Amino acid sequence: MPREVPQGAHQNRGTVRVGVGGPVGAGKTTLIAGLCSALRAELSLAVVLNDPDLQTDTDLLLRHGALEPDRIAAVWTGCAPQAAIRDDLRANADAAAALEARFAPDLLLIESGGTDLGATFSRGLTDRAVFVLDVAAGDRTAHKAGPGVTNADLLVVNKTDLAGAVHADLDVLRRGAAARRGEAPTVFVSLAEHPGAPAVADWVRKLLAERRLTAATAIGAAAGSTTGPGGEAAGS
Amino acid sequence: MSLIPLLLLADSRLPGGMHAHSGGLEAAVAAGRVYDAESLHAFLLGRLTSVGLTCAAFAAAAALELSSGVVVGEDGFQSREAAALDDEYDARTPSPQQRETSRALGRHLLRAVRAGWPSVLLDAVASLHPDGPHQPIAFGAAAAVAGLDPGATSSAAALASITGPAHAATRLLGLDPDAVTAVLASLAGQVEQVAAAAAKAARGPVEELPAVCAPLLSISAEHRRAREVRLFAS
Repeated sequence: MPREVPQGAHQNRGTVRVGVGGPVGAGKTTLIAGLCSALRAELSLAVVLNDPDLQTDTDLLLRHGALEPDRIAAVWTGCAPQAAIRDDLRANADAAAALEARFAPDLLLIESGGTDLGATFSRGLTDRAVFVLDVAAGDRTAHKAGPGVTNADLLVVNKTDLAGAVHADLDVLRRGAAARRGEAPTVFVSLAEHPGAPAVADWVRKLLAERRLTAATAIGAAAGSTTGPGGEAAGS
Repeated sequence: MSLIPLLLLADSRLPGGMHAHSGGLEAAVAAGRVYDAESLHAFLLGRLTSVGLTCAAFAAAAALELSSGVVVGEDGFQSREAAALDDEYDARTPSPQQRETSRALGRHLLRAVRAGWPSVLLDAVASLHPDGPHQPIAFGAAAAVAGLDPGATSSAAALASITGPAHAATRLLGLDPDAVTAVLASLAGQVEQVAAAAAKAARGPVEELPAVCAPLLSISAEHRRAREVRLFAS
């Protein structure tokens, strides 16, 4: 039984916002580039990057032809990546709202700056949160109970292809994730071998299908009553 | 006047987007102009007595204007004076980059404040410009709806002109946070003087409000390019 997670408080109606967090080098930007490549044919997409090395990060997204430059927004967090996705989410909310107003994407990915295991996305900013771990950073990371690992809606353990080289035991990671996350899903991937991250792409597809179902039910229940758009519309 | 709304609005943890702005300090550090507590003191004093004075005067003027009886007519809130303040502040901000930053921060601040003090006045001020009002106008409006008098508004705005960059220095230079607190405390007298001058000026005509700029801050703001590697939004 998946955990019930309320829709984020931002109340943007058409777009599903997914935060992607995790330590530096875990593969957040690579995962986003892969997801954009895998999903671009079926979904309208946009991305907010935090603390970007714009040259490198944007090029990574553009190189795969995954995204047009206009659909990528940059937010600087003043050396405080966690604050920007949680304590003071204003700049990210602003950038997200601007992209939604312009493109009305099905999926908006917000990549946090590189963080420790304590980073969580505010429900005021995103609908769901993905946390990315690096196998090469050791097999004890999942067991260290940071809220990033514990609370994420999906834990992605990346670089499984390196496990042997760094003497990391994937079973230890699997047990750590299970101990900390209960029934919440964890997927093991190698973005180097499978750049499109099919398991993560499927999770996103399921999320969007759920949203469509919820929206259809809500429309049926409302039976003609209308509500104004809430949340942080761009420029208001 | 209750002090509690003042303390809430002056709290640097108010989620108004300020934490990602260094007020030009990052550029000054990159240029080697600020590197220790003493050079930070000089930077903050310069900022306080230039843009700090202008910001505080506009914030106090906005608080004065918006708390002295708001006219809500059939066409909604009559914001002619607030619009004039916004225009005049625009004229005192020559750098397009700084104008953009100021409007973004004004927009962010109003959203944070609207949650605590919902008011038709804040909605009206938010609509002064498509990109949001300038930050001092937004702060003055926030102060007005929270019940602050212009003097308190001026003090909070003057202090805020240096606390953000001071905290940025802690992060960028690894300065001892206690040393940064000592620098801020040593500037308390000057903050009070600037706040008093700003509050006095706020009672005069809008077009005669202080117009003190800091050319180096404006120039360095313009030199920052989107593709440059940096950590702070300004």
